Amino acid sequence: MESRLLVLLLAVAASLAVAPALAQTVDINGVPVVVDPDLDRRDVRQPRIDSENFEIGVHGGLMSIEDFGTNSSVAVRFTYHIAGGFFAEAAYGQSEGGTTSFERLSGSAPLLTDEEREFTYYDLSFGYDILPGEVFIGSSRAFNTALYLLAGAGSTTFGGDDRFTITVGAGVRFLMTDAFAVHLDVRDRLFDIDLLGEDKTAHNFDTTLGFSFFF
Amino acid sequence: MNFLRLALFALLLAAQPLQAREYRKAVVAEPYLELRTGPAKGYPVVQVVERGGHIEIIKSRTDWYKVRADDDREGWVRRSEMELTLNDGGEFTTFEEDDFSDYESRRWEMGALTGDFAGANVISIYGGYAFTANLSAELWVSQALGSFSNSTFTSINLLHQTFPDWRFSPYFTLGAGVIRTSPNATLIETEDRTDEMAHAGIGIRAYINRHFLLRAEYKSYVVFTSRDENEEPNEWKAGFSFFF
Repeated sequence: MESRLLVLLLAVAASLAVAPALAQTVDINGVPVVVDPDLDRRDVRQPRIDSENFEIGVHGGLMSIEDFGTNSSVAVRFTYHIAGGFFAEAAYGQSEGGTTSFERLSGSAPLLTDEEREFTYYDLSFGYDILPGEVFIGSSRAFNTALYLLAGAGSTTFGGDDRFTITVGAGVRFLMTDAFAVHLDVRDRLFDIDLLGEDKTAHNFDTTLGFSFFF
Repeated sequence: MNFLRLALFALLLAAQPLQAREYRKAVVAEPYLELRTGPAKGYPVVQVVERGGHIEIIKSRTDWYKVRADDDREGWVRRSEMELTLNDGGEFTTFEEDDFSDYESRRWEMGALTGDFAGANVISIYGGYAFTANLSAELWVSQALGSFSNSTFTSINLLHQTFPDWRFSPYFTLGAGVIRTSPNATLIETEDRTDEMAHAGIGIRAYINRHFLLRAEYKSYVVFTSRDENEEPNEWKAGFSFFF
């Protein structure tokens, strides 16, 4: 009697224990599952890759303003590297015009006020690294470089007017490290000016040395 | 001696944060992976990592990744080659950031365009916000530099992009704004004037890569002058934009 009760209890217990297991051995299509992988999916969080497509730099040098002499110039340039050597750049800079030889020789009243001699510009350009390369310093050091060309448009305030300005230039970027570069640039800013009696296109060459960071 | 030990300990502590940076890892699956000296195809291949070699991805620049191999060799690898390496899970490496799907779900956009406004050269910058994939609002500030006068104008635009899932996607725009015109300094003094204006336009956006677009558009303006006749300048311009 007791043993029969024990068997019954065991049977009930066994069926209870087996029931959930039985329920799991068939997949949604009714096909029995032989191996039931009971794995916790790993929550994979990949470390972020640091992208360095932006570049900001300060540049200083000499600007030769046509008819108005050569003076120091400063500029801030912000660059976005797009792909395949192409980049877009926004620049803002300042210089100052001196006196024309006409003003000095004739002794007449100055053509411009001091405020009008201030030369400020902004422009937006597209550039292309046409000659990527390396320079070697000593026997164990190599630095990446790129010779780039660029062209753009902007506005220059000089001589009492805002003047539409085309910028063309070339420069060399020396990468001291992956994120720090030294630039040597020559840019010509062209605009139309009629201050000296005739309409003409003025070429204003700006030669600069600069430092920039990639981030 | 004690001092030396202390100094070493301090040095170790100082070095700790540098080591803490964890880089994404990958395993080379092709016969070999070429490492170049710089992030462009013009730079020479100077190292290779063989199949099964482990690499860490240090940083990216445009479509190039700087990687470091087990033995500390470093070099730049093109994105398409990185995508043939395997990650921890044995799957091909993918780079989740920056593709066309981001463009479709963009919210903010800014850019700069240049071109011609009624014979004057024009430079414009704008910022925009997309309410839906189709409809966005933009604020434009432009400077037109002509032979006789310069003008600055600001306008608010509504823009409808009919096919937002196209890579070359046309749009229509309507807007209104204010234009301030000042004659050039060398001309006889005339007064600056400020007028209201409205415009309609069409344009096209081209998705280039990552967060970068090219954009070109044509707008037809009506300037409500205080004189008898309204002016109707036309404008076309082209430029580039970023979205994020």
